[in-house]
Parts: sequence; structure tokens; C-alpha cells
Amino acid sequence: MSDVFERVKRIVVDRLGVEESQVALNASFKDDLGADSLDVVELVMELEDEFDLEISDEDAEKITTVGDVVQYIQSRE
Amino acid sequence: MSMRRVVVTGMGAVTPVGIGVSSFWESLKTGKSGVRRIESFDVTDYPTKIAASIPGFSPEDYIDRKEARRMDRFVQFAVAAAKMAMDQAGLVITEEVAPRVGVYIGSGIGGLATLEDQHRTLLERGPKRVSPFFIPMMIGDMASGQVSILFGAQGPNSAPVSACATGSNSIGDAYQMIARGAADAMICGGAEATITPLALAGFCSAKALSERNEEPERASRPYDRARDGFVMGEGAGILVIEEYAFAKARGAEILAEVVGYGMSGDAYHLVQPAPEGAGAARAMRAALTDARLNPEQIGYINAHGTSTQIGDVAESQAVESIFKEAAKHTPVSSTKSMTGHLLGAAGGIEAIAAVMALREGILPPTINLDEKDPECRLDYIPNVAREATVHYAMSNSFGFGGHNATLIFAKTNA
Repeated sequence: MSDVFERVKRIVVDRLGVEESQVALNASFKDDLGADSLDVVELVMELEDEFDLEISDEDAEKITTVGDVVQYIQSRE
Repeated sequence: MSMRRVVVTGMGAVTPVGIGVSSFWESLKTGKSGVRRIESFDVTDYPTKIAASIPGFSPEDYIDRKEARRMDRFVQFAVAAAKMAMDQAGLVITEEVAPRVGVYIGSGIGGLATLEDQHRTLLERGPKRVSPFFIPMMIGDMASGQVSILFGAQGPNSAPVSACATGSNSIGDAYQMIARGAADAMICGGAEATITPLALAGFCSAKALSERNEEPERASRPYDRARDGFVMGEGAGILVIEEYAFAKARGAEILAEVVGYGMSGDAYHLVQPAPEGAGAARAMRAALTDARLNPEQIGYINAHGTSTQIGDVAESQAVESIFKEAAKHTPVSSTKSMTGHLLGAAGGIEAIAAVMALREGILPPTINLDEKDPECRLDYIPNVAREATVHYAMSNSFGFGGHNATLIFAKTNA
């Protein structure tokens, strides 16, 4: 859990230019972390690379918070 | 139709000889070259291994890191230079004036580094790995787009493309926009960043570039007998221009006045200038007509002068055909001898050089001019800057495709 969260956090900080402290599990990409639709597409690509998996558009649409990502990745591992 | 007066109130420069107008101008006055060996990629297989690059440019000095990552280098240059120009102008874009402030910043080529990078990704990793930011980073209008977003400039917004005439066309078009009443202020100029593997290969294949790799600082040598092509540069030159009364009303310092703009098409060849620079001559004449000036009144010409065999001769012939007797004693220099050729940004930084020449009474030199080509018969201010009181300065820019653009600036009695 903590390992996945840390890896996700590192990508989010880098891609969205936010502070590490902002990347909480309940933080919403759009509302709390300032991501627009293009950021989200890029973030999904980064996550696919980092965790070596493919995230379908359908699944990607359901991801709105950092916690959603962590949970999704853990369910796939 | 009575036209409104247009003045320059802010200038910003990101150039191979200095970042910021004072550093840029200091280099021009002292004849410093910005040409160096290319270190950003492997040039082993290229006949040309030099360029006028800006290794010291750090986008984070001007732009939020996340925003900078979504910009091609040419847009980063434009935003940095626009910030400098807006700082100097002191123009605050309130809700009330926003629709009257526009942006015209062109690029000759656009985001080529981004295109090369993403094409590599496409070939190596497939279409699903191409960045969602690829298109908005690469397209050539994005300097205008990003600068308008940054400052909230909601007026006329576009990005002229005319190869190496782009910067001058952008300023000229913006000047006309204000003159005819469609805007009160414009942020305008050019930006370019194409010191990339693909662009270098293309210009090398076209036999356009100097191959004086062993003496980079001596490679750009307009009008010199031993010139062997231009040196590619990168950067941005941006002006803030405003309607005269609008600038006066807010107490802005007026740096110079834009008094003339002329343009023409060669209708001749993809890359070669028309014989005797006939197209260039038409642009100069049109600018003089627009400014209601005689050639004798022009005290300095900042030439296009790229250091190519044919181009330098054609422009010199064009000046002779328009200036007649006055051609013999009108000082002309090519600051590209120092900055290299910034392509779509050239007209931007050279407009700044022309304005600084008016303001400081110093004409920047053409460096590396050791032995004048007998076919180039003008006074090129060889190697050392010259003091001269000048009332009107002309700046020429010509581009592949046969685009010719000429601007004329006037000294203000401030």
C-alpha cells in the first residue's frame, strides 16, 4: 500500500507541479490538484508506464482521486 | 482614412548574445558573437556543427514549472521575453482594457523539438504513448495563445507565419491593428527554437548554413568575401506597442514610434531572392510610403543580411535601387553577424536593435567583415559600433517563400 502510494505521489508531484503534502488519498485531481483533462490523460499514461499495466478509457474515467488510483493499481497487482 | 499613431513602450529579448534587452544591447555594441558549437545533440554526421544557441536559458526563472513543461522551447522564449516587455511597459491589463489588448507573436517553424520528440515516441512506443500535449505544444500559434492566457489579453490574437520575415510581419501587422483602431495595445514579435537534429539536417541539405566549424565566432560574416552561409540562432524578441494617446494617458515611457510598415512577395522562387532584390526593394518602398519619408531621412538600416552568398548581394542591390545616391552614405549593419539568424524571431530582436540605436545614438556593427565583397557596396559599419544621431531607423526581414517585410521606427523627443 505505502509503496504504491509513494510511487503515485511522486508522479503526481512531478506532473502536476503540486506540493507533496497536497497529494492526500482523498485529493481530487481536478478540484484539489488543478489537473485539466489533458493532465489526466498524461497522468494515466505515466501510471501505465510506472506500474506496467494498461488502464482502459472506461477505467480511467472512474478515477477521480489519488485514492482511486492507489486502489485501482492494488486491485490489478 | 486617418491612422492613429503607434508607439513602443516595452521590449523583451531572449537571444544568443544576452537575455534581457540591456545584456543583448551591450553585446551588440561591443561586437560579441553568440555562435558556439552545438552541445545539445550529437553533430558528428553533420557538415555544420555550430549554432547561436542559448545554453543559459532557464524557463523556471520566468514560468511555473508545470506550465513550462507544457510549452515548447519557442513558447518558453516568447513568454520570457513578453514578461520582460510587459514589465518595462508597466501595462496592467484590467478587465476594462483587456478586450483592447491583443497578441501577435509568430514563429517561422513552430515547435519542432516537440514534434521530433513525439515522433520518436510514436515510432518506438506506438500511438498510445504520444503525449496529449503534443499538438498544443507544437503548433506555431501557441506563443500568442500562451502569452494571452498569461496576461489576460483578450483583444486581436493571431500568429503570422512568413518564415524568416515572421517577426517583422508580426510587429507590422500588430502596428496596423492599432493604427486602424482594432486594438489599443499589442504584445508582438517573434520566437524560434529550432536548433534540433531535424532542422539542422534540413538546412544543411539545402546548403544554407556556414560550415566554419573551427571558428564559430567568425562564422556569421555578412558581406564578407569569405562568407559561406548563415548560422542558425534561437530566441525571441517581443515589443509592447500602444496607441499614442493610450500610452500617454497612463504615463508610459515612450521608447520610439512605429511609423512605417511595408511588405511584398517575390513571386519568384522557394528560397532564392528575386534578381537584384526586387521584392525587398518593393517592401522598403512601401514602408517609406507608409511613413511618408524620403530615403535620405533614414539614418540606419538594420539589414536582413544573413551571410549567404546571394541574399547579402540582393539586399544590398535593393537598398541601392531605392536609396539611389543616399545609399552611399546610409549606414547599414547586420546584427546577425553576432546573433546568428533567429529565423522567425529575427525581426523581433532586430526591431529592438533598431529602437536602441535610435535611443542611444549608437549603431551596432557588422562583425567579421574583414574583406568586403565587391558586389556589396554599402557602408556596413564594419566591426566597430559607431556613434550617430539617427531620427529614423529601418529594419528588413525576408523569408523563404519570398516574403519581404520592412519596418521603420522614429526617435521620440522624450
